[in-house]
Amino acid sequence: MFAYVAKRIVAMPFLLLGVITVAFLLTHFTAADPLTSIIGERQMNNPDVVEAARQRWGLDRSLPEQYLVYLGNLVTGDFGTSFRTRQPVAQDLIVRLPATLELVISAMILGTVFGITLGVFAARSRGGVIDNLARLFALVGASAPVFWSGLLVLFVFSVQLGWLPGPGRIDARAVAPPFVTGFFTIDSLLAGDWAGFRSALLHLLLPASVLGWTVTGIVSRMVRASMLDVLSQEYILAARAKGASPVRVLLHHALRNAMLPTLTIIGFSFAYLITGAVLTETIFAWPGIGSYAVSAARGLDHPAIVGVTIVGGAAFLVSNLLTDIAYAVVDPRVKLGAKVGA
Amino acid sequence: MSVPLLEITDLTVSFAARGKAFQAVSGVDLTVQSGEVHGVVGESGSGKSVTMLAVMQLLSQSATIDGSIKLGGQELTGLSDRQMRKIRGVRIGYIFQDPMTALNPLLTVGEQIAEAVRIHRSDVSRWQASERAVELLRLVAIPNPEKRADQYPHEFSGGMRQRAVIAMAMANEPDLLIADEPTTALDVTIQAQIMELLDQLRREKGIGIVLVTHDLGVVAGVAKSLSIMYAGRVVERGLVDDVFAAPHHPYTKGLLESLPQMDQRVQRLRAIAGAPPPISARPAGCPFHPRCPYVIELCHSERPVLRKVGPIDVACHRAEVVAADSGALQNA
Repeated sequence: MFAYVAKRIVAMPFLLLGVITVAFLLTHFTAADPLTSIIGERQMNNPDVVEAARQRWGLDRSLPEQYLVYLGNLVTGDFGTSFRTRQPVAQDLIVRLPATLELVISAMILGTVFGITLGVFAARSRGGVIDNLARLFALVGASAPVFWSGLLVLFVFSVQLGWLPGPGRIDARAVAPPFVTGFFTIDSLLAGDWAGFRSALLHLLLPASVLGWTVTGIVSRMVRASMLDVLSQEYILAARAKGASPVRVLLHHALRNAMLPTLTIIGFSFAYLITGAVLTETIFAWPGIGSYAVSAARGLDHPAIVGVTIVGGAAFLVSNLLTDIAYAVVDPRVKLGAKVGA
Repeated sequence: MSVPLLEITDLTVSFAARGKAFQAVSGVDLTVQSGEVHGVVGESGSGKSVTMLAVMQLLSQSATIDGSIKLGGQELTGLSDRQMRKIRGVRIGYIFQDPMTALNPLLTVGEQIAEAVRIHRSDVSRWQASERAVELLRLVAIPNPEKRADQYPHEFSGGMRQRAVIAMAMANEPDLLIADEPTTALDVTIQAQIMELLDQLRREKGIGIVLVTHDLGVVAGVAKSLSIMYAGRVVERGLVDDVFAAPHHPYTKGLLESLPQMDQRVQRLRAIAGAPPPISARPAGCPFHPRCPYVIELCHSERPVLRKVGPIDVACHRAEVVAADSGALQNA
């Protein structure tokens, strides 16, 4: 297994190279000229300014040359400089990635815990009231657009009831905790700043819940479906024939088996949300990767676009690997790296 | 005679579907004594598995059970699920048809056997339970049981898995084993080994065994008595020797004639024409009459009840004629 994992990790840079190449080509073949956003529309008529900018950003060189230079810089950890923020892309990403991770990980924890619980209860009372309520909740969660559900919870809990703070990662008057992990909750705890921790946690609650609701919807539907499948298996009847209690049958025998297909969904959701939490980040003014990606795309910010793509690609590679490892841990029939048919 | 180990009286199981009730089992009587193997024989859909699952009360919610099921004199129908859990796995062990699917793929074989012990005995430690699991694997003649207990079901062959399932059923030394087609999914050579193992457990532990099967050949080897089921009813019942010597029901006769026999040259095996009726469309009168070569007018209208003809209980208007034919067949 360790050899297999090592092999997968070694393969990652090559897979990322493919991702980078495609992203690089796609951005460069867009019809729009990034210069319009670098120097502004009005200066486009000034040949001196245009030429200087093209030289300054290396846009005067041929595409293969640009590509090789970019790759060469990438190896040294240089993701280029953003056309828009004029900051190194790597630095932008380092500041924004923890914000997204903090949000997405919280959402995944909420969504997985609630999703599994709801799925189990729904499967248990198939066709009953609990099942129908759980399915309705899941359906709304999975299909309600975040720009609606996000605004709704903001309106209710922040504006009307005043229980929770509005958008942002931390109270506007508070100072962000010193950067250690980039997770405001953890960093404020490390700094011993209880007020900061409380503020960061409360700010996290609404966006994480909204995003987690989506995850809950997806996970609970998957758990319910695979629980129903597992519950019809003979080993469930065999467990009952041993005299096992309904709770034991449900959790010890059925849920473990039902978790296998669910792991895939959880892994995929996590990777997807790293770059896919755009709407949540926008509505809650959350300075994460998603909103960065949107600004980058709008501003024809090629280095930033490719940078975000690398992060998204890496998220998928890592979460796929983790999913496969989780499979091998849960299911004794899965042997990582075993030859098919051996 | 002492109290029978299992006594089923007038058992009816019906399922509700689309607003209608369908009887899967109708008025079944069945008696099993300690220390004997009782064969329950019938085609798929004859109600034999439903009868056994009714004993365990493991049928789905849509099933209604009427009649009486007594285990060692104790009435089981009407017990709560909590009370039944003290019967299942403790006083009745259940062996399933397909050992490939009857074991949880994510738990080791030893864990699953130990679980059967620990569910019922809170005083047994985890360690003692796994010791017991190894002991049980040894009882069912699994080689190298210490190592085998830590393996997962997919590392076992079909025959070994069925042995493990039997070990699980025997975990709390039950009085009664219900074996629902225990050899159907196995190779013929393995079938004989499993039947021998069950018979050995019967001899050594004095347990009663209900052997559910569609294979009369399996019953012939180990069972003392048998019940033949057709369309949810018992149609013939008696000692294996008596029934095999001279079947009194045309269905039993047909089943026996469809078996190849080593010691006789039969011109060709005879199959029973037609198929068993579906649960939703059972014919009036005798349920077997559309397929029966002995059918008379009476069979269309009046359902025969079990009656004694010679040493055998049989539900057939023409049992005497069938028996005479069967006897003649044997003497020919």
